[in-house]
Amino acid sequence: MADMLKKVPVREQDPKVRAANFEEVCFGYNMEEAMEEAQRCLNCKNAKCIKGCPVSIDIPGFIHQVKEGNIEEAYKVIGKSSALPAICGRVCPQESQCEGVCIRGIKGEPVSIGKLERFVADYALEHDIKPQGADKMNGHKVAVIGSGPSGLTCAGDLAKMGYDVTVFEALHELGGVLVYGIPEFRLPKQKVVAREIEKVKELGVKFETNVVIGKSTTIDQLMEDEGYEAVFIGSGAGLPMFMGIPGENANGVFSANEYLTRSNLMKAFDDDYDTPIIAGKKVAVVGGGNVAMDAARTALRLGADVHIVYRRSEAELPARVEEVHHAKEEGVVFDLLRNPKKINVDENGNIRSMTVIKMELGEPDASGRRRPIEVPGSEYDIEVDTVIMSLGTSPNPLISSTTKGLDVNRRKCIVADEETGRTSKEGVYAGGDAVTGAATVILAMGAGKAGAKGIDEYLKSKEK
Amino acid sequence: MYKIVKAEKLADKIFLMDVHAPRVAGHCQPGQFVIVKMDEKGERIPLTICDYDREAGTITIVFQEVGASTTKMSSLKEGDYFRDFTGPLGCPSEFIHEDPESLKNRKILFVAGGVGAAPVYPQAKWLKERGIDADVIVGAKTKDMLILEDEMKAVAGNYYPCTDDGSYGHAGMVTTKIEKLVEEGRKYDVCVAIGPMIMMKFVCLLTKKLGIPTVVSMNPIMVDGTGMCGACRLQVGDEIKFACVDGPEFDGHLVDFDQAMKRSQMYKTEEGRAMLKLQEGDTHHGGCGHCGGDE
Repeated sequence: MADMLKKVPVREQDPKVRAANFEEVCFGYNMEEAMEEAQRCLNCKNAKCIKGCPVSIDIPGFIHQVKEGNIEEAYKVIGKSSALPAICGRVCPQESQCEGVCIRGIKGEPVSIGKLERFVADYALEHDIKPQGADKMNGHKVAVIGSGPSGLTCAGDLAKMGYDVTVFEALHELGGVLVYGIPEFRLPKQKVVAREIEKVKELGVKFETNVVIGKSTTIDQLMEDEGYEAVFIGSGAGLPMFMGIPGENANGVFSANEYLTRSNLMKAFDDDYDTPIIAGKKVAVVGGGNVAMDAARTALRLGADVHIVYRRSEAELPARVEEVHHAKEEGVVFDLLRNPKKINVDENGNIRSMTVIKMELGEPDASGRRRPIEVPGSEYDIEVDTVIMSLGTSPNPLISSTTKGLDVNRRKCIVADEETGRTSKEGVYAGGDAVTGAATVILAMGAGKAGAKGIDEYLKSKEK
Repeated sequence: MYKIVKAEKLADKIFLMDVHAPRVAGHCQPGQFVIVKMDEKGERIPLTICDYDREAGTITIVFQEVGASTTKMSSLKEGDYFRDFTGPLGCPSEFIHEDPESLKNRKILFVAGGVGAAPVYPQAKWLKERGIDADVIVGAKTKDMLILEDEMKAVAGNYYPCTDDGSYGHAGMVTTKIEKLVEEGRKYDVCVAIGPMIMMKFVCLLTKKLGIPTVVSMNPIMVDGTGMCGACRLQVGDEIKFACVDGPEFDGHLVDFDQAMKRSQMYKTEEGRAMLKLQEGDTHHGGCGHCGGDE
């Protein structure tokens, strides 16, 4: 018997090898490893992990099935709560959710819930186990805007209840941030995302790509002219933010969104595809979130020498611990307590270098993190040819500005009730980054679930 | 999939296509653009809308062969399909929000260069349909490169073709035609200039001197076209604007054209630029953002 205090280790690509390819970093468990890890679950009566999960998966329930080797049953247990387990098993911040409250974790390491979820989901994809759809359709039409995590979850849940659901996607591929944002080496597009979306299609959900709501049509028109009785907005985060420092429009300064979209959605890393990307020889990524880690590790794989420039210290990095760990293993250098002051540009508009200033931490600010303060006179130049700004996003006004009676808050996020997703406009529900600002895949999925429940209650109450 | 219902060569390296895209055709307005993607591995290419037919559900696009992607695109024929076709993107021209009666009192001058005639056409047409006659200057290197002449004549108040080599119409750049018209006593309340960036820059320098407010339509490098990536950002006065969601039309007197031209060169290697200059020689007008002709 293995050490019950420790997780069964998961096999990964060697850091030196993977730093030069876009193949998935983590190989995941095999059947034997998964069954062994499942033994570690204490099957708590009052399971804290379920409460720690934004979509309340019956975690001890599915792990019990894994322990018995009934993977198809395990998939059904997860399927009651989540339509996208192969994705969540890979990108959820388990350490701060289910695994963060696991009783095993009090003494030793928590159960490796994420890796088990991934194993079950991958097994279901490989063995083509179908999700359980509705017994019969109820005839009500619902539109879902955006095919990212919140939209897919909302659409899947509504389809299971018998609704006739159509998802409208602005881009040419389905998946939202799962395809344009999260890189291949963390979340394979064909092997995982496309196949998991295929499962949502099997539930009866219809998809229409290249429809930009607010431009190609509006929510009001969908409801008035096309007969949709309710709409869920899961349009995601929006416009990338820049620092507003001199030289920011130089050639070679990109938003992380642009850099990642070129590489992930347009597959610019693959020479067979037409979209270009500037790899850079020496790249600075400004920011410390998961998106910054994704951009840094992408640049690294394209052959660059990569530095993360972050204004606080390591303890404050908003990125997942695993992502920081992987980035370091692969050779990303962290320039902590540094902040860019200006980007120095040559006569052709290209980056020559970036001036940074040293920072120190003061009193905690509104976010609860210690406020970074400049150290006077500590500026110096770092030689870079590419700068990737990963500072977050501000909401895209395309939908809010074209929908009558839809309220937004001061930050221009759509105002929606947390429990039901209900907005100020009758029949319109919303969730995910469009409501909260940039957050995580699983929180968006939680909001998608809430929205599906809210829409179901609304349409049922209208029938009476 | 989006069917090409008509494909036509307008001039050397310039092509016109009608594409069936009912959602776009149902909602587009003058000034907006579309993004097309030929096949799975293709780029997303922003193109201005030249015309639309709401009943037939078609959009007319006009493009110039300037790089690998547009060259590949020019081989598409009637009956072929685009894998993706999305829009309308960007904001419509500002005048469409104005009262047509008050627009009648304003004298509008359109200045188009090269394929810039395509996005000017629906604007002049929109005005004509509301009884407003605008003057239109269209410039090209030589007579054979002038496009949409009959169409433009039908919707313009006065139509002034210009050729750099003097082979047709006014001999000289579009800026010299503007100067001439103003010298002759024409008064314009607003100028709309669409064409290569270098042309728009010089039109703006002139109209600033002449005191004519000027709108330009920018076509920088873009990826998604919905505000997500920021590749298309421009310095406009003190602000950074995204051409895809804030534009594509801006106050030309505030746009930093020099920066925009440098940004449009970002993906060009020195060798690639030299080769294109060699291939295209003097037929090339620049402004496409792909070839280096703006330098």
